[in-house]
Amino acid sequence: MTDLADAPTGDQAVAVPLTTRKDWSSDQEVRWCPGCGDYSILAAVQMLMPELGVRRERTVFLSGIGCAARFPYYMNTYGLHSIHGRAPAIATGLAATRPDLDVWVVTGDGDSLSIGGNHLIHALRRNINITILLFNNQIYGLTKGQYSPTSEVHKVTKSTPFGSLEQPFNPLSLALGAEATFVARTHDMDRKHMMEVFRRAHAHRGASFVEIYQNCNVFNDGAFEAITGKDQRADMLIPLVHGAPIRFGTEGQRGVVMRTDGTVEIVDATSVDESELLVHDEHRDNPGLAFQLSHLAAGPTEPTPVGIFRDVERPEYGTEMRRQVDQVIERRGPGDLHHLLRSGSSWTVE
Amino acid sequence: MSDTSSKEHPPQLLDRVVIRFAGDSGDGMQLAGDRFTTSSALLGNDLATFPDFPAEIRAPAGTLAGVSAFQVHISDHDISTPGDAPNVLVAMNPAALRANLDTLPPGATIIVNVDAFEERNLRKAGYEVNPLGDGSLSAYTVYEVPMTSITTEVSKDAGVKPRDAERSKNFFALGLISWLYTRPVEATAAWVNERYADKPLVQEANLRALKAGFHFGETAELFESSYEVRPAELAPGEYVNITGNTATAWGLIAAASRSGLPLFLGTYPITPASDILHELSKHKEFGVRTFQAEDEIAGIGAALGASFGGALGVTTTSGPGIDLKAEMIGLAINLELPLLIIDVQRGGPSTGLPTKTEQADLLHAMYGRHGEAPLPIVAPKTPSDCFAATLEAARLAVKYRTPVMLLSDGYLANGTEPWRLPEIDELPVIDPGFATGTNHVDGDGVAAFWPYLRDPDTLARPWAPPGLAGLEHRIGGLEKEDGTGNVNYDGANHERMTRLRAAKIAGIANDIPPTELDPGEGDAAILVIGWGSTYGAIAAGVQRARARGHQVAHAHLDHLNPFPADLGDVLSRYEKVLVPEVNLGQLSRLLRAEYLVDAISFTQVKGVPFRAASMESAILELINARGVGPVPGGPSEGAPPAEHPGRTFPSNGSNGKVAD
Repeated sequence: MTDLADAPTGDQAVAVPLTTRKDWSSDQEVRWCPGCGDYSILAAVQMLMPELGVRRERTVFLSGIGCAARFPYYMNTYGLHSIHGRAPAIATGLAATRPDLDVWVVTGDGDSLSIGGNHLIHALRRNINITILLFNNQIYGLTKGQYSPTSEVHKVTKSTPFGSLEQPFNPLSLALGAEATFVARTHDMDRKHMMEVFRRAHAHRGASFVEIYQNCNVFNDGAFEAITGKDQRADMLIPLVHGAPIRFGTEGQRGVVMRTDGTVEIVDATSVDESELLVHDEHRDNPGLAFQLSHLAAGPTEPTPVGIFRDVERPEYGTEMRRQVDQVIERRGPGDLHHLLRSGSSWTVE
Repeated sequence: MSDTSSKEHPPQLLDRVVIRFAGDSGDGMQLAGDRFTTSSALLGNDLATFPDFPAEIRAPAGTLAGVSAFQVHISDHDISTPGDAPNVLVAMNPAALRANLDTLPPGATIIVNVDAFEERNLRKAGYEVNPLGDGSLSAYTVYEVPMTSITTEVSKDAGVKPRDAERSKNFFALGLISWLYTRPVEATAAWVNERYADKPLVQEANLRALKAGFHFGETAELFESSYEVRPAELAPGEYVNITGNTATAWGLIAAASRSGLPLFLGTYPITPASDILHELSKHKEFGVRTFQAEDEIAGIGAALGASFGGALGVTTTSGPGIDLKAEMIGLAINLELPLLIIDVQRGGPSTGLPTKTEQADLLHAMYGRHGEAPLPIVAPKTPSDCFAATLEAARLAVKYRTPVMLLSDGYLANGTEPWRLPEIDELPVIDPGFATGTNHVDGDGVAAFWPYLRDPDTLARPWAPPGLAGLEHRIGGLEKEDGTGNVNYDGANHERMTRLRAAKIAGIANDIPPTELDPGEGDAAILVIGWGSTYGAIAAGVQRARARGHQVAHAHLDHLNPFPADLGDVLSRYEKVLVPEVNLGQLSRLLRAEYLVDAISFTQVKGVPFRAASMESAILELINARGVGPVPGGPSEGAPPAEHPGRTFPSNGSNGKVAD
């Protein structure tokens, strides 16, 4: 039994070919609603791929169900459009047996936080080598406009005509609570920011979790307008830069400090000493501070941090699984079926 | 210790014996039974075992609910069942006696641990009067042995606390039964030495108890004689005693080895399937990857993901687990990827009877998905046959790019029998036949890879795991265009794809052996046809009927979907077709629907396998009724059962007969 990751497919000997966005685009017509935020995310990914120096044949896009889940059909790579919520589970089997592959999981707030919540947290906990792009539009789009697990309380939708009663999930808090090793947020209005976050997510070995604020212009138009609109961004998005004090605003006039109780708050940066501002540390082992930052805004109507919240190293599942196999083979030698069948008490009838 | 030749009375020869070890869940009866079985296997007996234990890990001690039993049938000739009724019952406490008494035929031997027959235990077992003293056991030969006190006594000076020493009483019972049936205890002693090497006190106490039991038999003059069951005349070869679950796990490793595919098991622990995971997880030297998922869905999902990546993806489950996997099986059918789903059936519905056997998932396997979603179904018939059946399921999965369901059950999973080991070279070779290049040239002369361009013979699509440039493709659960695999909602295309998927599975009928038929001698008018674990009981029942001079044929189905190509012909050759099943008549429905045959269903769902005797009487009833209209007690379809006039019984759609 060879490992497929070792199988000679011929490509190792050849340099990664130079590609363009076109090489990464499939021949399938993109069928999202005109004006959907998904288009800009797809463009960012297709434009990023040639820059990553990776091979199309070693790249897999996997998805569940929902508008975002159509994504794999539009990438000229290997792809699997699966069933609702289960993409992280399927990706786990693929990534665990094929550590040579880049496995991207494209999902939505309904797909991975509602029906697939269990698979998401366990994939993060195990640190499976996958890059999860969660398109969060705070609504069910494909089923035409019901509230989602990230919809705000009191949200009026087709299924909640008198308002939703439910406390929404904060996707980043959830991922951090599951001990995810890479956690980031970006939004569909800033291609450059998306590409940079995706690049970092791809470079991370293990499970990377990226929340993308994505506008659904049909069922939840403008959900993020208050923070992602061109004129609002400077005052409403808080860029997280590793090693730098956290500040934002057109003049950098606002900043984030840590209170004595460990929580964080936004202050007037001009009224405090620079040294009092919280310096962002992506690599902090304890996820507590990243969790506080994920809670800084109650929703996309308040100043909201974007960028990389957490990027720490932890053994990656597929590599560990393979290491265990290799260690046993080294100790016992490769398996021999003849001996296996005789490993209990056997006897011979003449 | 095994030398019994110097005794005054030489052992009496028996052709076979059925022994049932019964005690509290914590008494170690499974262990005692298992060790006795191993000794008997090494002596060359043919044998069959039936562990029968409660779902609770430790039910309240001394209660009926907590009784755990292990039945073993050893013989000097070929046998196929663990025996209908024990010749010997070892009862470690009153509850064990009470729970098993109704299975004992008059004249059977009962060996009780008399120390446990005190007031408190008697009360817990529901006895108001000690049955050892009230004459209620006069139909049996009862031996009262103070197992607890002797076991404690022999370890007194070994530094073992009396409470701990008492726990070795199962080894005392094992030693005693070993003497009674002339089994050497050296192999068990060696096993104890190894198993408890790091617990010297436990090791010593068990060894002393084992020897004390053996010597007790020899010296106590309680027993008139010992007995001997000579080796059976088995075909020459090397044998092991094996459970169905172990055979399944080894079959998976063999399938990986014979296909060159890495084996990936994605699963979630569930009784009685978990032992397959346990066994596989020990054998990483074969490159086996076992993944204990967060739930049943993730287990099969990860297996399917591994298959997409070019591994042999497998999931194992039981009971409600198979319900949870239905959606992913549907996806696998649509993706047309190899996948093995091993269902170790247990009593249902819902949590049902977790540790008890049943065959009631056949229709679920056939139909338990939305849409037209056929898949091949394979069923092993004995514990050791799980090996070959697993290999066969893997062969079909890989060759036809399809999920395959293997229907084992709790009886096969935990039961054992001697298995003549196959030569590795004789095992089938499975060719993964991965796609190696493009398979289509479009109108502009450009080479392309079409993931749904089928092999004209098998109708299987190419399997192209990620890694090959030029073969990049997207697949998914949406309906696909024939050939290209692109998403397609056109009605005519859907009809074509639906029929192609069905034809692919139906076509497997041409790639499997003809119906396994034991026609018997002469012109039998009656065919008994079964599937899965009823094999042993049907074979034994048919043999008994033949011994009475009747001509009866026995067919057994390894493939439940599709059926063997000749099955319709086989069925048409017989006047009466009897279908015994441990469900309410699932195969009989399929046979009726497929072949318009008046299949007579014979069923029981007691959580235990059929007995040969009830099989025999069902066959005899049918023989007696032949030519004089409907079978007594088995009225024709639609009518209420004769013995309950006026009551509407839930009809199972066929002639409802119920076993014993």
